[in-house]
Amino acid sequence: MSDSFFSGAPHWTWFIILYFFVGGIAGGASLLAAILDWFGGTEDRPVVRTGYNVAAVGAIVSGALLTIDLGRPLRFWHMIFQSANFPAVMFKGWSPISFGAWGLLLFGLFAVLAALGGMAEEGRLHNPALRAVGGAVRGGLAKLVGGLAGLLGVFIAGYTGVLLSVTNRPIWADSPWLGALFIASGMSTGAAALILLAPRRGATEQSLARLSAFDTKALAVELLVLVLFLASLGSVNRVWIGFWGLVLLVGVVGLGILAPLRLHLQRRPLASAAKLVLLGGFLLRLATIFVSEGIEHYRVTAGM
Amino acid sequence: MPEPMGFFTDTTVCIGCKACEVACKEWNQLPAANGGIGELSGDSYDNTRKLDGIHWRHVRFIEQFKGPYDGRWLMMSDVCKHCVQAGCLEVCPTGAIIRTEFDTVVIQSDVCNGCRACIAACPFGVIDVNPVSGTAQKCTLCYDRLKVGLEPACSKACPTDSIQFGSITELRTRAHKRVDQLKAQGVKAELAKSATFSAASAAVLGVLALVGLRKRRMDEQSRGGGGAGNV
Repeated sequence: MSDSFFSGAPHWTWFIILYFFVGGIAGGASLLAAILDWFGGTEDRPVVRTGYNVAAVGAIVSGALLTIDLGRPLRFWHMIFQSANFPAVMFKGWSPISFGAWGLLLFGLFAVLAALGGMAEEGRLHNPALRAVGGAVRGGLAKLVGGLAGLLGVFIAGYTGVLLSVTNRPIWADSPWLGALFIASGMSTGAAALILLAPRRGATEQSLARLSAFDTKALAVELLVLVLFLASLGSVNRVWIGFWGLVLLVGVVGLGILAPLRLHLQRRPLASAAKLVLLGGFLLRLATIFVSEGIEHYRVTAGM
Repeated sequence: MPEPMGFFTDTTVCIGCKACEVACKEWNQLPAANGGIGELSGDSYDNTRKLDGIHWRHVRFIEQFKGPYDGRWLMMSDVCKHCVQAGCLEVCPTGAIIRTEFDTVVIQSDVCNGCRACIAACPFGVIDVNPVSGTAQKCTLCYDRLKVGLEPACSKACPTDSIQFGSITELRTRAHKRVDQLKAQGVKAELAKSATFSAASAAVLGVLALVGLRKRRMDEQSRGGGGAGNV
């Protein structure tokens, strides 16, 4: 038996699951927006702007979810500054949660700036201060800000999996593939969110086709990494025998990966596939967290 | 600079009285579980069950029962190990978990924000959230008592000296002595006895097998058949 069975559950439940899901979408959307910003054409601008908006809103929601989840929410700033030695910075490069707090802060900063730049481009900013900031983010600076938001987006989508892998908990600590799996899922759900939201902002058919092609590839990678993840768990896989295993098999693999892959390949309506991808991405986080959270160490030690 | 301090828990003399648990809760003013309403585990004589944010000491009852009248208890008072390479300390993003001058690992409750990363990092299931403070908590090795030269509450209260407190160097020597003492008292003798019995059993079985074989051959000869061995 893996010795991870003798550790305690950290009670990371609904807020954290939602954060992993929203953070993944925001990270994936941000990377896609940055790629199209740098290498796409003018027809991709609606998707780029939508991507940065999704990233900005996602980063803000993520920060709120993480803060609410704390035992002492008003001490959220202890992650950034040394509480006993303010304003000295609190940063541990070897702790994923410390690294992640800084990553989310910077991601949020660049995503919001990129989103303001996009809104200024559309002429949608009425507040003078915001218009001034948004107006400043253009040309080369806009590309730089967008690029940084995209790179940090990949980090946000993936570090959550690494964070789980460096715990001592069953499933999470028993495989090195969770970070890669969450990145793949973040990319597929990010693309799915853009497929659903970008048409309202005037996305072209060509852009949507690109998103669909990207989503297909991301889903294929996600399936491959999921297989590698399960293969790497070895005997720990017995934990999946039960409700959460069913959710993983039917909800994530069936509805969240295979069904939308089929829809994408058959060039069926994109929205249906995108909704299924989002459902699968959420269920992946749900099953991965709860399958481990449900193992109580005192029952393991008592042999129950 | 004070010496590194710690506990030596001798499980062979623990009687499961839980005096250490009570002393710990009293000194550290830890709240009662379930709002003070008695809650039975229902499947064990141990009703506190585990270490967590309000149980910094826990006497584990390892109950080995084959039936209602055939079984035994093993008692083990468990606590934070104050690891040399502490996962909780490494992962803590707020710097709330520190190493003290006694080489112990302590969570500063006024710094912790309850992110719970340390709970998942601890390989021994020691840390959990104290619902009253909303922060992660565990044994401090009675840091406040050590500062004024007192020994921790649990070891002070232990009636059988199952929990002994002292400098790590001294405790190691004491632990080695105790192991030697236990071996001299019977573990080695038991081993010798067991080995003798095993050898005797093997010899008896061998003799019985030879006798059986001899009898079969004699039976075969008396029938006048003559086996392959009889030339």
